[in-house]
Amino acid sequence: MAELNTGGDEGKKGGKVRSKKQNAKVDLTAMVDLAFLLITFFMLTTSLSKPQSMNLNLPDKKTDPNEEQEDINVDERRTMTVILGKNNQMTWFMGLAETPIIPPTKDKYGKDGIRKTLLKKVKEVPEIVGDPKKGLIVIIKPTKTSTYRNLVDILDEMAICAVPTYAIVNDFDNAKEKQIAAEISK
Amino acid sequence: MAKIKMSKKATSIDMTAMCDVAFLLLTFFILTATAKVPEPVTVDAPSSTVKAKLPETDLFVVTVSNKGTIFVDIKGRDLRRKTLEIMQLKYKLPEFSQEEKDQFALMESFGVPVEGVRSIIKMKSSERNRAGVQTGVPYDTIPHVEGDTKNQLYEWIYAARQAYIDLGNTKKELNFAVKGDAKLQYPKIKNVMDILQEQKINTFDLVTGLRGKNY
Repeated sequence: MAELNTGGDEGKKGGKVRSKKQNAKVDLTAMVDLAFLLITFFMLTTSLSKPQSMNLNLPDKKTDPNEEQEDINVDERRTMTVILGKNNQMTWFMGLAETPIIPPTKDKYGKDGIRKTLLKKVKEVPEIVGDPKKGLIVIIKPTKTSTYRNLVDILDEMAICAVPTYAIVNDFDNAKEKQIAAEISK
Repeated sequence: MAKIKMSKKATSIDMTAMCDVAFLLLTFFILTATAKVPEPVTVDAPSSTVKAKLPETDLFVVTVSNKGTIFVDIKGRDLRRKTLEIMQLKYKLPEFSQEEKDQFALMESFGVPVEGVRSIIKMKSSERNRAGVQTGVPYDTIPHVEGDTKNQLYEWIYAARQAYIDLGNTKKELNFAVKGDAKLQYPKIKNVMDILQEQKINTFDLVTGLRGKNY
C-alpha cells in the first residue's frame, strides 16, 4: 500500500530539465492507524453514560416521643397501598386493609403490570372525591425480602404515572397487612 | 493482434474519507471524555426513566455493594481534605501530613475503618482497588447516641457536612446520594437511609442507570 515519492531521475543524464512528477497522494494509512488507536483508547476509558439520579424526599423522622403526633385523616378512597415482596412480587389494594375498596391484587412491575392501574386511579380519584386537588395517595410498603431494585422500580412508576402523593412506610399497621406481607415474602 | 492489456490498478486505497471519519470520531470522544474512575467495588445500579443528572461537585455518595458493605465518596478536593482533618481530630489519630491529605483528596471512593485510612492512602490505586482490600466503612443499625463513635458512617457524614460549612457554604446544604446495588436487600438500604435521616437529611438522590425508552 505504501507509496514512496521517489523522483525517477536514474539514467537520465543530460536530458532536458524536467520538473519532477510529484505524486499528489499522501499515504494516510499510518495516520488512520493512529487515529483509530486513539479512538479505541478514548472509547475504553470514558464512561459515556453519566449516572442518573432520582430525587427522594422522606418525611421528617419523629425522634422526640413527647412531641404530639398529629394524625391526619385521609379519605380512604384516595389511598392505595402497595406491598413489595420477594421475587419481584407485589400486592396492592385500595382503601384500608380490613375493609378494602378493591381487594388485594397481585401484580407485576412495568408497563403491563401496575402501571395500568396507577394511570387509571390517578385519573379516577379526583373525580370520585369530587375535588381536583385531592389526588391519589400511594403508600409503598417494602417488606424485608424485597430488593433495592423493587424500590427504585416502584418509585420510577410513581414518576411515570405522576402520582401526586406517595410515601414509603416501613411499618405494617395491622394484622391483615402483616398477613399479606408474610404471604408475599414466601 | 491486439493484446489484452491488464489494466494496472493502483494497490493503494484512498484513505482520505476513512481518515476524516476516524478523526471526527476521535474529536467527539476527546470532547465528551470524562475519565473513568476506578472503583473498589462495582455496583450494578438499578435503572430508572428519570433523566435528572447527578451533581458533580459538593456531593457525598454512599455506595452500598450487593453484600451490604459501604463505601464513601466525597466529591470536591477541598471538602475531602477538610473532612479528613475533622475525622482525624474526632478519632484522635496522629495528624496527617500535607502529602497524605493531598493524596486523599485525589483518591476515589474508599471503604475502610477510619483507622485504616492512612494505610490505603499509602497504597497504589491498583492495590487499593483489589477485591478484599477494603472491607467497608463500619456502621451501626441502632440510633446514634451522643459521644458514641462506633457508627463511622454517621461520623463521616457529620464531618463532611461540618467541613462543607467550614468552607464557607452557609446557605447551601451538602448534597447526598445513595448508590445501591440492584440486588441489595431492602433492609440494608433502609439502614443507610436511617443513618442519613438521623441527621435530618431527608432529601437525597438515588443513583440509577438509564432505562430504555420503551419501558
